[in-house]
Amino acid sequence: MKISYGDRLTSGIIYALLALLAFVTFYPFWNSAVISFNTGADTSLGGITFWPRAFTLDNYEIVFQDKRLVHAFLISVLRTVIGTVLSIAATAVFAYGMSKKELVGRKYYMIFCIIPLYFDGGLIPSYMLIRSLGLMNSFWVMVIPGLISIWNMIVFRTFFQQLPHNLEESAKIDGCGYWQTLFRIVLPLSGPVVATLALFSAVGHWNDWFTATLYISDTKLLPIQTLLQQILSSNIMSEQMMQTSAAAQSHIASARSVTTKSLTMATMMVATIPIILVYPFVQKYFVKGVMVGSLKE
Amino acid sequence: MKRLLLRQWDLQLMVIPALIFIFIFSYVPMYGIVIAFKDYDIFQGLNASPWVGLDNFKEFLRAEEFRTVMRNTLAISFLKLVIGFPAPILLALMLNEVRIPIFKRIVQTISYLPHFLSWVIVSGFVLTMLSSDYGSLNIALEKLHLIDEPVNWLTIPNYFWGILIATGLWKGIGFGSIVYLAAISGVNPDLYEAADIDGAGRLRKIFSITLPCILPVVSIFLILAIGDLLSAGFEDILLLQNDIVRDVSDVLDTYVYRIGIKNSLFSYAAAVGLFKAVISVVLLTFANALARRSGNSLW
Repeated sequence: MKISYGDRLTSGIIYALLALLAFVTFYPFWNSAVISFNTGADTSLGGITFWPRAFTLDNYEIVFQDKRLVHAFLISVLRTVIGTVLSIAATAVFAYGMSKKELVGRKYYMIFCIIPLYFDGGLIPSYMLIRSLGLMNSFWVMVIPGLISIWNMIVFRTFFQQLPHNLEESAKIDGCGYWQTLFRIVLPLSGPVVATLALFSAVGHWNDWFTATLYISDTKLLPIQTLLQQILSSNIMSEQMMQTSAAAQSHIASARSVTTKSLTMATMMVATIPIILVYPFVQKYFVKGVMVGSLKE
Repeated sequence: MKRLLLRQWDLQLMVIPALIFIFIFSYVPMYGIVIAFKDYDIFQGLNASPWVGLDNFKEFLRAEEFRTVMRNTLAISFLKLVIGFPAPILLALMLNEVRIPIFKRIVQTISYLPHFLSWVIVSGFVLTMLSSDYGSLNIALEKLHLIDEPVNWLTIPNYFWGILIATGLWKGIGFGSIVYLAAISGVNPDLYEAADIDGAGRLRKIFSITLPCILPVVSIFLILAIGDLLSAGFEDILLLQNDIVRDVSDVLDTYVYRIGIKNSLFSYAAAVGLFKAVISVVLLTFANALARRSGNSLW
């Protein structure tokens, strides 16, 4: 087929713009990673872009020795695992019940679930609720309020309703109750849905920093994202302070190989790595997930 | 009825705990909105606190911050709508023109990734890129001789909105394009063949076939975006703002957080939150009514 000059020009522009987008998206990761592998003293001289100039692992060594950071990382892992497992289990049970046509009151239950999707109390009433439930400064404040996701329930329910009924029928004849059928027959058939929703839930848990900012003041319970946010905002302050006496400060900074900035970069990388690790799996499932999401709207 | 319930007690047991849970975590806060009409006293509790009618709302409308907060909210969300809404559509259209599968995959893989990062990490990247002493933006602009000395971008009020929009674009453009790509792949290929026979070029096909075919999807997302017009953003602003740019960065949601949680003015902040929620519902209804005329409404 003949390709016109205009079409070739259009293609050229499109490829160039997409390559630029990919570069602009990727560069901040790369640059931050490079800075995390560069000595802080050298970084503060400026000019670090694509490659480390004075390669070092000191930043990571210090980050991994910092008990506070390791602890925050563990809190993040713990809340992600516990929060995801409990939320998926509770939501799946709920959705399975809601998927049964013989459930008495099903229609009213559904309306009861849909109203909160349109109206919510907002920040202040939720805050007061958490406070009156005594969840302030508790690990469980990061797990319990998100236990039941109405969106996920709808996705699960739609999936369960599409499953062939004869399997469940035969289970029923064999004397399985609803609970047994769900755990023995239905859930093993629901791998892809469980994986998709679990991955999204896990990413959400890992990335959530605001819940802990709102409700947790005990530093022993802070997840890595919240701790990182506090480090970053204290860095902004120190940057502002540095402007007042830039000359004096940079003199001190250049004497050390590790600076708060190079440490911050290493911390940022540590907080990002789990996401990068699960990303291939997320990508495998998430397009489906988005499609399910657009169906339910 | 009672016998029926008893017979399926195990089925009911699957849903009732979850419904109680939803009641506590969704319905109780809805009732909690009454705090906006009261003068909340921490010692008396919510129920015993005196009613004050619309006083909190009046106070907000008269407050000094009202004008700046409303201006920032509307300006930032308007910019996000005008720039951030069409951008993913444009990206999807461009990706659809790519004929090299590996190139398409690489661009998609990279551009979806930021969606899965927390705003904390993203704000860390912004701070790194824009930093005045080792930031790559300053390095690049200095090399190009566009600036003479490093600029501390985040402390200059004039740049704040631009930084915010660019950051949002960086994080959301790839993921936002997925829905439109799916819509585009649903377009009947016969239409393109017919256009080929008629000798239509690429751009012609985009404007005459692809865009009209994905219009229903675009319109649904536009309605939702308009309903969200008063949500100018929360996490992104909270993480990128500082005291120097407060005047251009405070929006309704961050104002509620700052006044309500940090200064403990619960009743007043709840009133501001409710003010926002009510206007959002009005906007959503309005946008939907407009869309209904073109036959692409939500309800």
